[in-house]
Amino acid sequence: MTGNADIVAVPVRHYGRWVGAAVVIALLVVLVYGFSQGNIDYGTTWQYFTADTIVSGMWNTLLISLLAQALGVGLGVVAAVMRTSKNPVTSAVAWFYIWFFRGTPVLVQLLVWYNLSLVFPTIGLPGIASWDTNSLMTPFLAALLGLGINEGAYMAEIVRAGIGSVDHGQTEAAHALGLSPTKTMRRIVLPQAMRVIIPPTGNEFINMLKTSSLAYAVQFDELLLSAVGIYSSNLMVIELLFTVSLWYLVLTSVFSVGQYYLERRFSRGTSRATRSRGLLGQVAANLRLGRTR
Amino acid sequence: MTGPMVEARGVRKYYGSLQVLRGIDLDVAEGEVMCLVGPSGSGKSTFLRCINHLERLDGGTLRVRGRLVGFEERKGKLYEMREREIASQRLDIGMVFQRFNLFPHMTALQNVMEAPVQVRREKTAAARKRALDLLERVGLADKCGAYPGMLSGGQQQRVAIARALAMEPKLMLFDEPTSALDPELVGEVLDVMRQLAESGMTMVVVTHEMGFAREVGDSMVFMDQGVVVESGSPKDVLSNPQHARTQAFLSKVL
Ligand SMILES: Nc1ncnc2c1ncn2[C@@H]1O[C@H](COP(=O)(O)OP(=O)(O)OP(=O)(O)O)[C@@H](O)[C@H]1O
Ligand SMILES: [Mg+2]
Repeated sequence: MTGNADIVAVPVRHYGRWVGAAVVIALLVVLVYGFSQGNIDYGTTWQYFTADTIVSGMWNTLLISLLAQALGVGLGVVAAVMRTSKNPVTSAVAWFYIWFFRGTPVLVQLLVWYNLSLVFPTIGLPGIASWDTNSLMTPFLAALLGLGINEGAYMAEIVRAGIGSVDHGQTEAAHALGLSPTKTMRRIVLPQAMRVIIPPTGNEFINMLKTSSLAYAVQFDELLLSAVGIYSSNLMVIELLFTVSLWYLVLTSVFSVGQYYLERRFSRGTSRATRSRGLLGQVAANLRLGRTR
Repeated sequence: MTGPMVEARGVRKYYGSLQVLRGIDLDVAEGEVMCLVGPSGSGKSTFLRCINHLERLDGGTLRVRGRLVGFEERKGKLYEMREREIASQRLDIGMVFQRFNLFPHMTALQNVMEAPVQVRREKTAAARKRALDLLERVGLADKCGAYPGMLSGGQQQRVAIARALAMEPKLMLFDEPTSALDPELVGEVLDVMRQLAESGMTMVVVTHEMGFAREVGDSMVFMDQGVVVESGSPKDVLSNPQHARTQAFLSKVL
């Protein structure tokens, strides 16, 4: 391969690899053959790929994932900052939030939100206003709260790692200039913590795209529930599950490409080129695909 | 103002069971440039950081312009200050760090403007004009758009000095401002500090630059193991040290 290699030797023969590859390929052939001969109508899978119900379910999946992730980021920042607070009550509350919502399944949390009316039939301020919980807790709201509040607990740990990554000298310099603790956090520490926070947040979002399918249990019209609605009447169960799988693959693939560029940019650390761009400039540059460097 | 700019009486500080400051007494007069020297670990940085309450002292009193640092005295009792009050007390005191600690996500100009705009609520245009003047004063007018990562150590430290001056402090603290610099960059930072001293700024400078201390300093304090061992005019301390510990230290650094 290298034109000027002048060592002539017989390379090691990896017979084991050949055998392994043969076995794997054989198994794959069996699998593909099995599915192609099985009782599946692939035409239906394709046909529903662009069906209105499915496409609108896909948009709802995207919407709830974005909103829940945004809520998660917001809550995560608040919880992480509270964790670093010197006030033991504040930091204990944040600790409890993280412990509780990471320690229980998100599906259970979704169901609890959805059935909140069993605990509180009405919600409101006593004597001022009150609403019927059942009509307030729509599938959308239950999905948003369930997914977003759960995500916040995970984001809190990510944000905390980000805050921890900022040199303490930055805080001292800000304090020495007379910036209040809040301003120091908002203007100095958090912007620098972004470098560490953003790449794992991208991963969290890609996971959220898939986790949001659990919202079908609270009747939110996302991708999976749209498919369930169709196959419970036409009984093409596997066909429609394949349809939504294709959509999930499309969504996760698209965002994974963005994630790749995001990570490549941020893993480069505080290189001079990175620092010379503002944060938004950086994010914009990350999303511009096919950039050669 | 009649009293001293800084008045330390019996300042003590512990880290756990380690006593880092064992009763520091010293005065810094208005306009004085005091150089603080001593071996590593003697507590110079700790004392400096007590002056603007980056560290809380555990004993004794420390006053800046007559006001207790970090505490309030009411009816003979001491009350600890709130974070906000401490922040406002720090406005009179500028600090320059060994490792610059510029904000890497802001340009040189933004670094200098940050505190005036965020803390004093100055108008952006006015703050910008003053920041440009300050950068010009430290010889970096052409670097105002540069991020810290694109500047040399000496340039970064000069921006850091401009940033501290932007709050128009009455007192400047320097913690080994040239120790992290390549030797050829030390001079440009010391030049800025010399100008500042000439303009009448009160300065407390922890440094190993004995030439600077001798030339610019009004007084010199030698610290060891958390106490002031010897103090006087830089010339006296440097050329005629009285204590064995001072002699031993100076024989190593000179
Ligand atoms: N945050 C801290 N926690 C525990 N010990 C500390 C802390 N900061 C400083 N010390 C200790 O306090 C002592 C004095 O430290 P200080 O930094 O004030 O010394 P210094 O005179 O500035 O030394 P140098 O010339 O090395 O900067 C040292 O023994 C140091 O290990
Ligand atoms: Mg020190």
